[in-house]
Amino acid sequence: MVENESRHIKLAEDSIEKETTTINLGPTHPATHGIFQNIMEIDGERVMRTEMTVGYIHRAFEKIAERRPYYQITTLTDRMNYCSAPINNIGWQMTVEKLIGMEIPARVAYLRVIIMELARISDHLVCNSVIGVDAGALTPFTYVFQWREKIYDIYESICGARLTTNIGRIGGFERNFTDASWKFLDDFMKTFPPMMKEFETLLTRNRIFMDRCIGAGPISAERALNWGFTGPNLRAAGVDYDVRVMDPYSRYEEFDFKIPVGTTGDAYDRYLVRNIEMMESYSIIQQALDKLKGMDDSVFHADVPHFYLPEKADVYTKMEALIYHFKIVMGEVNLPVGEVYHAVEGGNGELGFYLESDGGRTPYRLHFRRPCFIYYQAFNELVAGGLLSDAIVTLSSLNVIAGELDA
Amino acid sequence: MISIETIQDKLSKAFPDANINIIINRGMYQCEIPANRNLEIISFLKNDLGFQFLTDITASHYPDEKGRELCIISHMHNLTENTRLRLRAYVPIEQPDTSSLVSIFSGADWMERETYDFFGINFIGHPNLVRILNVDEMDYFPMRKEYQMEDPTRLDKDDIMFGRE
Amino acid sequence: MRPVKNNENRKITLAEIPEGYSGEGFMATKFDKVIGLARANSLWPLPFATSCCGIEFMATMGPNYDLARYGSERMAFTPRQCDMLLVAGTISKKLAPILKKVYLQMAEPRWVMAIGACASSGGIFDSYSVLQGIDQIIPVDVYVSGCAPRPEAILDGVLKMQDLVKNESLRRRHSPKYVALLNEYGIQ
Repeated sequence: MVENESRHIKLAEDSIEKETTTINLGPTHPATHGIFQNIMEIDGERVMRTEMTVGYIHRAFEKIAERRPYYQITTLTDRMNYCSAPINNIGWQMTVEKLIGMEIPARVAYLRVIIMELARISDHLVCNSVIGVDAGALTPFTYVFQWREKIYDIYESICGARLTTNIGRIGGFERNFTDASWKFLDDFMKTFPPMMKEFETLLTRNRIFMDRCIGAGPISAERALNWGFTGPNLRAAGVDYDVRVMDPYSRYEEFDFKIPVGTTGDAYDRYLVRNIEMMESYSIIQQALDKLKGMDDSVFHADVPHFYLPEKADVYTKMEALIYHFKIVMGEVNLPVGEVYHAVEGGNGELGFYLESDGGRTPYRLHFRRPCFIYYQAFNELVAGGLLSDAIVTLSSLNVIAGELDA
Repeated sequence: MISIETIQDKLSKAFPDANINIIINRGMYQCEIPANRNLEIISFLKNDLGFQFLTDITASHYPDEKGRELCIISHMHNLTENTRLRLRAYVPIEQPDTSSLVSIFSGADWMERETYDFFGINFIGHPNLVRILNVDEMDYFPMRKEYQMEDPTRLDKDDIMFGRE
Repeated sequence: MRPVKNNENRKITLAEIPEGYSGEGFMATKFDKVIGLARANSLWPLPFATSCCGIEFMATMGPNYDLARYGSERMAFTPRQCDMLLVAGTISKKLAPILKKVYLQMAEPRWVMAIGACASSGGIFDSYSVLQGIDQIIPVDVYVSGCAPRPEAILDGVLKMQDLVKNESLRRRHSPKYVALLNEYGIQ
């Protein structure tokens, strides 16, 4: 309860209610969205104003990053947007490669594209099914988690972990994709479109779902740009800004894909934009698989012995490999001094890494431009004047992930 | 992409005494601006040069540069011409004042609160400059270089265990 | 309903009956064994899911690693109606009073499982804002390690919890040792 009387909104003199009710939505939500608090002032069923409190899962990533060598920060970046951890990992590795000025072979770029698009599919699957759960439809959630398990199988065969993947290294991947990975990937590619079709028949033209979502939390394109929205939330408002197209990285300019754009920016538009993006990601993975045919199978990292750990067998037998291994792990490698900003298109928008290096083993300053943190501030504007149940659907359609919110 | 000469010309004409020099740093334009005129310069960039998107506001601490310890770093983006720009504004640590950008970019609200929370930079004109990510009772600014990463009141581990000796 | 033939469905595993003396149409055993059996096979969890371990917990609830078959069919999201508090994810110092409040609102008998490295001991976040383990504020029964732990590990933790619950004596909550433990945390 908010004790401070002056923060209550005074209604008009002739209204029936003489004061508003303050309710507390959070910080412990039912297991899905994460830990942040909304104190809402409601007049009956209508939300007058909401105030957000974040920081309940502040883990001080930026401070920890100043004490960790560059190759250990990948594990930190995992835990930001944990639904699509590989995008964070590969984004960080690309930032360091940009600082150093490293060239990446084409095969590595295409493999990275496959992994990032799989991560984007798994992030959007969670978000869309959770909009269903919040509107009362529990079945699509259980369908969708089965396909997330298939994506986890692919990650596990490459890096060993399901969720917090720590995938890739500065310069490429830690091991080549195995036969098992290709088998899991083929299985996923065959079974994903029929599942998406089934998922869409359950929700997209469902009368109840449409009535819940259409008109919930709309935002215009100018306001969205002013707030700093990026990602599917901005594209649902009508602006076709996608970092993969604007500032291509990892050879995205060679792929042919569309950017879905909405009109009103409400929850239904966000849901549709994410659905179409999933199918576009599927087509990107298919194009990448076509491009990989006929390429030399053994290339999985750049030829940079100063930054990429050599094979263990070489470390035990060859002198140069031993020295490189020692220098990389101990941080004796000469890194350039300077600052760099690199942005990737995360599941929620422009995920930026601002890195300042002083040539030492650990970064001097690392800042994450987290899309969730920046668009969640607009929540008050999105829900004020709407109904309480619209506020719930808006919150889940924004895809706020607490790890990325607080970092 | 707007050419660097265009931006340099327009900025030098509009703010001749601010002494702005744009360089290219790893593919991104970068310049240093005086901290007390940041609102004017960024409004000019937004209205006349088309940088209508504020990507991020953050800060950094250089304890060795006396008189210029804290640096406020803003990134802006011109979406129609695909140009990014980094602006650095140095302030002394005794009086880390600069103007708030909330009047022109609503998104600057929480970005500035986070920068205040971590570094103690005072954004004049911000409607609600309180801590956002840390606990409200905290009385120091944790990202400054003199503070350690770990909780200073820990009793179970000491400096040797943390790798500092 | 058609008549069921003997041993037709081998896929169902029934809970073991407690040891006792059974005869024609009756069974005699100790009271707390029966109560332990009932409690262990119907633990209703309160998922206090904060971060990444929460997503692995959601995967455990999903159809592949179904948690419901161990009796946790209903995820009660209110502390008044559940027995088991599953803390999955990092707990920061800002959230600690809220976790304690939720624990205090639970009714006896209650058990706590710390899922993941962050809940057990702070995990990889050795920083100023993270609570180094929830056992600094509430008593914990089972720790599941991992970052994030696989769903099989979470299920293993639930099985260990079931062992604990089955073998607990009915007077445990009033024993001086337990009261002293709660007093250490400032809980009456």
